[in-house]
Amino acid sequence: MCVYLTLKNKVLYKTLIMESLDTNQAIQEIHRMMNRSLKFLSLSGLSGVFAGIYALIAVFIVNKHQNREWFVFETPEQNLKFYITLAIITLVLALVTAFFFTKRKARKNHLSLWNENSKSALLYFLIPLISGGVFCLALLHYTFIGLLAPTALVFYGLGLVSASRYTYSMILPLGILEILLGLVNLFYIGKGLWFWAMGFGVLHIAYEVYMYVKYDSKQSNTTKRTKF
Amino acid sequence: MKSHLIHQLNKAFENRIRLGIMSILTVHKDIAYNRLKELLEVTDGNLASHLKNLEKLEYITVEKTFKNRKPNTSYQITELGKIEFTKHLNTLEQLFKK
Repeated sequence: MCVYLTLKNKVLYKTLIMESLDTNQAIQEIHRMMNRSLKFLSLSGLSGVFAGIYALIAVFIVNKHQNREWFVFETPEQNLKFYITLAIITLVLALVTAFFFTKRKARKNHLSLWNENSKSALLYFLIPLISGGVFCLALLHYTFIGLLAPTALVFYGLGLVSASRYTYSMILPLGILEILLGLVNLFYIGKGLWFWAMGFGVLHIAYEVYMYVKYDSKQSNTTKRTKF
Repeated sequence: MKSHLIHQLNKAFENRIRLGIMSILTVHKDIAYNRLKELLEVTDGNLASHLKNLEKLEYITVEKTFKNRKPNTSYQITELGKIEFTKHLNTLEQLFKK
């Protein structure tokens, strides 16, 4: 009798564990499907790291140039042209790298790169970004050079905030940090280069590393849970 | 109590694909067949039979229209489907909490 009872308990206990595993999996599946259908989740973290590295290299070159260590231009116009070319090269490199890594991740997840979610994410990112770009051109036109860095940071942050609904929601705090950095920079005009390095370089890299560590530890937890 | 709750789960949503269809439809007003296929990573035959099943239960509705002269099939969740799926979700959550 006693043996029978413990056996029955064991069976009951086992079915209980199985059931809760199934429910857990079902709930996870529902979450995964809702997210997958609502958000653009192929954005690769590596693109952020590379954007950060490019930004730091560009800042390093500009710093060397300002200290007259590597090369000197004769007129201020030449200086300006050099900076703008450097900025455009940095931006294009960052975008091409982002496209490459994102395409790779989309292929891995069996998702198309160009769908409703990626379109919305891109659109809502570009609205503030293009507005900011035109705004910066106007500043350049009136030679308010000191305002360029804070303006770019603020509009870039706004772009991240507005796109965050359509991709990883964790992009939201990054956007807010970029905006704050830009706003602080408004009161330290002339130190734009350092704020730029901080916002586009250090912040990107630190954020992606943080995300990688967090996501990675999460993943190992779920594998543990399935094994149990 | 536990076994009691188990019986409240809706059998129509036990299948992984049907669960996926309902999850996606609850967060979209209307979704195209091809998008559904991509998101769920299933074959045509498989998806079609599950969709027909849910349609028969009146949990979803189909809408066939033409988009740029190409046939376009899209699906929506019904009020009944919403109620039943929410019930199913609540039961799942209660089960999980125990």
